[in-house]
Formats: sequence, structure tokens, C-alpha cells
Amino acid sequence: MTVQNKSRLTVFVLAVLVWAALTDIRKIEELIIGLVVAAIVSLLAGKFFLTGERRQRLWRRVGYGVYYLIHFIWEMIKANVHVAYLVIHPRVPIKPGIIKIKTNLSRETALTVLANSITLTPGTLTIDIDPAKKILYIHWIDVQSTTVEESTRQIGGRFEAILMEVFE
Amino acid sequence: MIRETLGMSLIFLGIAFDFFGVLGLVRLPDVYNRLQAATKCVTFGSAGVLLGVFILKGFTPFGFKALLGIVFIFLASPVAAHVIARAAHRTNIPLTPSTVTDQYADDQKTQKK
Repeated sequence: MTVQNKSRLTVFVLAVLVWAALTDIRKIEELIIGLVVAAIVSLLAGKFFLTGERRQRLWRRVGYGVYYLIHFIWEMIKANVHVAYLVIHPRVPIKPGIIKIKTNLSRETALTVLANSITLTPGTLTIDIDPAKKILYIHWIDVQSTTVEESTRQIGGRFEAILMEVFE
Repeated sequence: MIRETLGMSLIFLGIAFDFFGVLGLVRLPDVYNRLQAATKCVTFGSAGVLLGVFILKGFTPFGFKALLGIVFIFLASPVAAHVIARAAHRTNIPLTPSTVTDQYADDQKTQKK
């Protein structure tokens, strides 16, 4: 079986399982519709799920992924309390600016996750990525440094080391 | 009983953070700062409400839909914020006067030369 078909089959099985969780699967109408929708989805978009690359040290990476998730949720709670504080404060003490940071990540998935994490964590919002130069442009609501190195340490440093372990 | 208390308090916490997000939308000065409030607080607040619903309903089709909603919000909200911010910057929507630096605009100017 080719990688693409294997990927499609995996997506089909997962989609049917999700459908079973979402609906009352004992009714025959629900089951038929679920199978049809799962088939269409897996035919259209299924080939992107598995890429057929060699995956090494899978469990170690899954472990780091879980660690990343916990770390990320904690940072997110801090982000929310921070924004709430800024908004309630009578003078709105912000010092906004757009700065850039460097990253060592190269895979697209890793960059996407990094950019999304930066958006959801304290005071920072990713505006653009330059994959060729590996630069992320970030809007910072409370700018603490304008040099690239210092900003990289303060913003990207929170996640980059862990993401390196998960994706690279 | 414990389940209901936990679920309800999560829902109230979520609504509180949604409220802060909306307040930020009104009080902060420009597009970019407002997006910060809108993405963070509203993502977290809505996730809190949905998690509360999941705890109240358990592993039923209803609760599972709430869980799926959390995943979609977490994936979609930062991407939407990124696209809006980039579009705003490209169409030259000005940053608020208290802005300290804009290295994105600086780099784009040097690229054009």
C-alpha cells in the first residue's frame, strides 16, 4: 500500500470514530451518513496526514509534546491574567511595538506551532514569518528590549527548546 | 454535586475572561493591541466555557462536541489574528503614537530599495 492510501485509510478510520463519538451511532441513518462523510473527507484531504518520513524516538517526542502542552497552558493562563490586568488598570500601561526574533526551527509544522503559541501567550502577537531568513515579526504589547537577541531570548526561548525536541 | 460546582465555576471563569477581552477591545488604542486582547482572552474564555460544558455533560455526544470546539478555537483563533494583523500592517493602518519601535516596517523598506 502506498503512503498516500495508508494515510487516507487512517483518516477514514479516525473520522468514523469521531463521528461515532459525536452522534448516536446506533441509528442506521447516522451510521450511513457518517461513513459517506468520512469517505469524502479522507479522499479529499486524507493524503496530508501521514508523510512517510522516518520517525525516530517516537515516545520521547510524545513525552515532550505533553510537557509542551502543560507548559503552554500555564503560559496562557499567565497571558490572560496579564491582559486582564492591563485592561482594568485605569491608565492602560502599555508600551507597544513590533520587534523581530530569530528562530532555529526549520520545519513548517514547528514554525506554525511556534507562531500560534507566541500569539496565545503573554503580550505577544505574531504578525509575519520570513521562513527564508528564519525571522518572526512580533507585536509586543509591553516592549522590554529592541535588540533581536534579547527579544529572542525572552519570547522564543520559552518554547523553542521544547519544540526542537518535539519536531526536529 | 462536585461536578456541577466545578463545571459551573469554569463557565463563570470563562465568561469573566470573555468580558475582559471585550473590555480590552474597547479600551486599548489600535488594531494590533486590540487583537491581543481579542485573541487571548476570548480564546481562553471560550475554552473555559466549553470545558465547563464538557465537565457538566461528561462523555456524551454533547460533551464531546464541546471538547472538539476547544480544539478548533485553539487552532483557528491565532491564525485569524495573525492574518488580520498582517493585512492591517500591509494596508498601512497606523500604529498608536505610543508605539516604541516598528522593525517590520523598517525591514520592508530596506527590501524595497
